[in-house]
Amino acid sequence: MALNPSTLEPQVLRQNFHEILPALTSREAVIEATRCLFCYDAPCTHACPTHIDIPRFIKKISTQNNLGAAKTILESNFLGSTCARVCPVEELCEGACVLGSDHKPIEIGRLQRYATDHVMDKKIDVFKAGKPTAKKVAVIGAGPAGLSCAAELAKLGHTVTIFEKKPLAGGLSTYGIVVFREPVEVSLAEVEMVKRLGVTIKNNVTVGTDISFDELNSSYEAVFLGTGLGNVPNLEIPGENLEGVVDGIEFITQTKTDDLSSIKVGQKVAVIGAGNTAIDAATIARRLGAHVTMIYRRTKTEMTAYDFEYDFAKLEGIEYRFLTAPVSIKGSIFVEGLECQTMQLGAPDASGRPRPEPIPNSNFTLECDMVIKAIGQEKQTNLASQLGLTLEKGYIVVNHQNQTSNPRVYAGGDCVRLKGDASTVMAVQDGKIAAKSIHSSLEGGN
Amino acid sequence: MADLSIDFCGIKSPNPFWLASAPPTNSGHQIHKAFEAGWGGAVWKTIGAPVLNVSNRYGTVKYNGQIIGLNNVELISDRPLEINLREIAQIKKLWSDRAVIVSAMVESTRGAWKNIIEQIEDTGADGIELNYGCPHGMSERGMGAAVGQVPEYCEQITSWVTEFSSLPVIVKLTPNVTDITFPARAAVAGGANALSLINTINSIVGVNLDTFELSPNIGGKGGHGGYAGPAVKPIALHLLSQVALVQEVSRAKMPISGMGGIMNWKDAAEFLLLGASSLQVCTAAMLYGYRVVEDMIDGLSNWLDEKGIGSVNEIIGASLPRISDFGDFDLGFKTVARINQDSCIQCDLCYIACNDTEHQCIDLYRDGELVAAGHDARDNGKHKAISSRPFPVIRESDCVGCDLCHNVCPVQGCIEMVQVPSGREGTTWRQLSSERPEVTQDWDAMKAYRAEIGLDIH
Ligand SMILES: Cc1cc2nc3c(=O)[nH]c(=O)nc-3n(C[C@H](O)[C@H](O)[C@H](O)COP(=O)(O)OP(=O)(O)OC[C@H]3O[C@@H](n4cnc5c(N)ncnc54)[C@H](O)[C@@H]3O)c2cc1C
Ligand SMILES: Cc1cc2nc3c(=O)[nH]c(=O)nc-3n(C[C@H](O)[C@H](O)[C@H](O)COP(=O)(O)O)c2cc1C
Ligand code: SF4
Ligand code: SF4
Ligand code: SF4
Repeated sequence: MALNPSTLEPQVLRQNFHEILPALTSREAVIEATRCLFCYDAPCTHACPTHIDIPRFIKKISTQNNLGAAKTILESNFLGSTCARVCPVEELCEGACVLGSDHKPIEIGRLQRYATDHVMDKKIDVFKAGKPTAKKVAVIGAGPAGLSCAAELAKLGHTVTIFEKKPLAGGLSTYGIVVFREPVEVSLAEVEMVKRLGVTIKNNVTVGTDISFDELNSSYEAVFLGTGLGNVPNLEIPGENLEGVVDGIEFITQTKTDDLSSIKVGQKVAVIGAGNTAIDAATIARRLGAHVTMIYRRTKTEMTAYDFEYDFAKLEGIEYRFLTAPVSIKGSIFVEGLECQTMQLGAPDASGRPRPEPIPNSNFTLECDMVIKAIGQEKQTNLASQLGLTLEKGYIVVNHQNQTSNPRVYAGGDCVRLKGDASTVMAVQDGKIAAKSIHSSLEGGN
Repeated sequence: MADLSIDFCGIKSPNPFWLASAPPTNSGHQIHKAFEAGWGGAVWKTIGAPVLNVSNRYGTVKYNGQIIGLNNVELISDRPLEINLREIAQIKKLWSDRAVIVSAMVESTRGAWKNIIEQIEDTGADGIELNYGCPHGMSERGMGAAVGQVPEYCEQITSWVTEFSSLPVIVKLTPNVTDITFPARAAVAGGANALSLINTINSIVGVNLDTFELSPNIGGKGGHGGYAGPAVKPIALHLLSQVALVQEVSRAKMPISGMGGIMNWKDAAEFLLLGASSLQVCTAAMLYGYRVVEDMIDGLSNWLDEKGIGSVNEIIGASLPRISDFGDFDLGFKTVARINQDSCIQCDLCYIACNDTEHQCIDLYRDGELVAAGHDARDNGKHKAISSRPFPVIRESDCVGCDLCHNVCPVQGCIEMVQVPSGREGTTWRQLSSERPEVTQDWDAMKAYRAEIGLDIH
C-alpha cells in the first residue's frame, strides 16, 4: 500500500512536534541559578567543548543580568541557543556538575536557553563586526561549524562569505535536528545573527559543482570547510528501491520544513540502526502516529545512542528488536514486510564491539509498510579529494589548529570528526579554533 | 515526650511559643485560631493611643527566592480600644490554659497609663507587655522607641505601670540603641517583672530600580521601618545574651521572652540556650500562617528527647556561661582545617576563598601532583572533566585556622577544624596587657614576642 499522510488531527500533530522542554520561567531560572555553587575553575566549564564560563553566566542569571549572561555564553559559543537545546548535556556540562553527587546537577542547558532566548526574543546583538581588515575568507557549508567560524572571523573584522548548497543555512540544525528539540526558527535566528555581523551567505551554491574551488582559492585568503557528512548510506539488501523505503535524515527534514499534515508515514514502521539518527527518525514516525520497531543487529550495550536517548525512545513507546539484522525488504511496488535474521554476538570486531553473527535458519518477516534507513551518514569526499586534502577513513585530517594538509585550507565539524562524537557543540568549537588560527595566520602572514 | 510547659513570672503556658504582638494577634478571632493551631500564648497587638495606618506597609528582602527579612511601617492596633478589650476578655475565658498578654502603649503621662492598665486588668489577661520599641510613627509622638531609647523615661513609665498593676509586667526593649543594657537596667529599676526583646530594627529594605521608589512605597514616599525575620536573628541573639548577663537581671533571675527571627525549633532552641525562657514569633506566622507552630513544638520536643533532657526549663541559659569577650579568648588555642577527600565534591570554593582572601594555604593536587587551575581548549566531556579535577589540599603549616574554608564548604562535615598543639602557652590578651603591656602596644615588642613563642605570620 502507498504511504499516506498522518491521520492525526493537525492540532495533535502540532502538540507532538512542539518543543519538549518548556522554557524556564524567570522565577524558575533565578531559583535554579541560585542553586549553582559558583565553583572555582568549574568542571562544567571544562566539560563543555566550547568552555562557556558556566558559573559566570549562571551567576548573572541569578542577579537578573540576562543580557550579561547571554553575552558570556555567546562569547564562547556563538550558537549557544542551538546548543542549549541539542547538546547531550548529560555527557557534557551537566554530567560534570559537582551537584551530580546529590543526583541533581544544575540544569545548565535550560539556563543557557533562558539567557540566550532573552537576546534572541528581543533581537539584541551582543557583538559588533570588528574593524575591517580587508582580508577575505570563504567558508564552505553553513552548518554549525561554518557559522561559528564565520561569526568569529567577522567579530575580528574579516570579510566572510559562506557558500551553502541548501536553500536555507544552518546545516543539520535547520534540516536534521528534530523540531521538538530545536524549532527551525531558532536555527534561522542564529543565521540572521551571523548575517547581521556582515557575513554574506550564498545559498544554493555547491562548491565543486556550481563554483570551482580554484575560483575561491584565488579570491579569498583562506578557506574553511564545514561540509558535514552526507546522506544515509544504502543498506545493500534487496528491495531497497521499493516505495516506502526512506532515508532517515530526509524523513526528519520533512518534519522540519514541510507541513506536518502532509508528511507520509506508514502504519507499521521498521527503523534500521541504533544511533541518534535512528532514534530521532523512530520518534518522529511514532509522533506522526505509526507503530515503530527499531531493528539493531547487536544489543543495547553496543548501541551508539546515549542511554538517555534509549530511555526517551522507550518512553515514547518505541519497540526494540535487538540481535536482529535486515536481510531483504519484501514487496512488489510498496514495502510489505522486512525479512530479518536473528543474530548472536561473537568475538570482538575492529571497532572492539562483539561481532554479530547470524543464527542459521532464524529468518522471519516483520510486517511493515515503511522502512527507515538510519545507519549513519556517508562521508562526502568529493570536494576534499578534488582539493587533494589528506583524508583518513573519509574524514579530513586536521591538526590542533584545524588546519588541513593544505595550509590555506581549514576544516571542522562532522567532516573532520574521525574520533569522538559528532555533535553540534564540537562543530562550534572547531569553527572557533579555526577562526582563531586563520586570524593569526592572516595577521602574521603576507 | 519532654515537658515543654513554662511558668514565666507567674504566666503559665503549655509550651514556650507565643505569638508576638503584631498582625497575627490583631483580633480575638485570629488568636482563637492560633490557639487551635497550638500556640502556647499570644501577646495582643499593642493597644492604646488612637492611630491611622497607611497603604503599603511591608517590604521584604529575598535570598534564593525566599524571604529573609520583613520590614514594616505598621502602627499599633487601629481597631477601637473597646473592641480589643472586649475580645481579650472573651479569649481569656475560652482559653484559660494559654497565656494571654496585652501589649500597651499610650501617651507618656501617668494618667494615660493608669487608665489603660485599669482597663487591661478588667479583661482577666495574664500579663502586660510595655511596647517601648515601635521604631516608626509612634516614636515621633513620644511613645515606643522614644521611650525605649531613653533609660530615664523607661524607668519612669515602668514604675508608674508597676504601681498600678497587679499583673506581671514585661518590658519590651528596642534594639535601636547603642547599648541595650542601659534600658534593660532602667526597666529593672522601674520594677519590671520580666523583659522581652527584640522589637524591630530600623531599616530601609530596598529601592525599586525601575522607579527609584522606596519599598514599601507609600504614594511615592517611603522611610525607615522596622526590620524582622530570619535576617535579624543574629542581632537578637546577641542582644538577648547581653541582657541576660546584666547583673541586675541575672541576680533577680528575671525571665526574658526572646524574639527576633525565630522561624523554627532550631532557632527557638538557640534562644533558650542563650537565656530566653519564653519565645515570641511574628514573621514566621506572617509568612506561613499559624500552622508553623506544629513543627516548632514537635521539633523542640524531639530534640530534647534525643538529648535526654526532661524539661525545656533545664536548657534555659545553658550556653550563657560560654559568652566571653575577645580579651579573654585563649591565644594559645589553635586549629587547622582538614579536608575529608571522600566527601569532597571538588567545587574548589575553599581553594579560592583561602587563596583570594585568607592565607593562601590551600593547594590543588591531581594524582599527587601540584597543579594550576585551567584546562586545554581541546578538552571536553564529563569523563575528562571529572577525572582530571584536582583536589584541594591544606598546607597545615601555613593554616592559621581562620575557619573560612570550613564555612564556605557546601558539604557538611567535609572540612573539619581540628585542634592541634600550638606549642604556645595558653594566655589571653587581657593577661598580656597586664603582664607584658609593651607587647600589646609596640610592633617591635610584638615581633620579639612572636619570635619567642614561635609564631610566624606571613
Ligand atoms: C538526525 C540527527 C540528529 C542529530 N542530533 C543531534 C543532537 O541532538 N545534538 C547534537 O549535538 N548533535 C546532533 N547531531 C549532530 C549534529 O547535527 C552535527 O554534528 C552538526 O550539525 C555538525 O555540524 P557541521 O557544521 O559540521 O555539519 P552540518 O550541520 O552537516 O552542515 C554542513 C553544511 O554544509 C553544506 N555543504 C556540504 N557540502 C557542501 C558544498 N560542497 N558546498 C556548499 N555547501 C555544502 C551542507 O548543506 C550543510 O548545510 C545530529 C545529527 C543528525 C543527523
Ligand atoms: C507588621 C509588624 C507589626 C508589628 N507590630 C508590633 C506592635 O504593635 N507591637 C509590638 O510590640 N511589636 C510589634 N512588632 C514587632 C514584633 O512583635 C516582633 O518584636 C518582631 O517582629 C521580631 O520578631 P520576628 O522576627 O519573629 O518577627 C511588629 C512586627 C511586625 C512585622
Ligand atoms: S554548549 Fe552545550 S555543553 Fe556547553 S554549556 Fe552549553 S549546553 Fe552545556
Ligand atoms: S559544576 Fe554545577 S554547581 Fe559547579 S559551577 Fe558548574 S553548574 Fe554550578
Ligand atoms: S569547599 Fe569542600 S567540597 Fe568544595 S573543594 Fe573544598 S573541601 Fe571539597
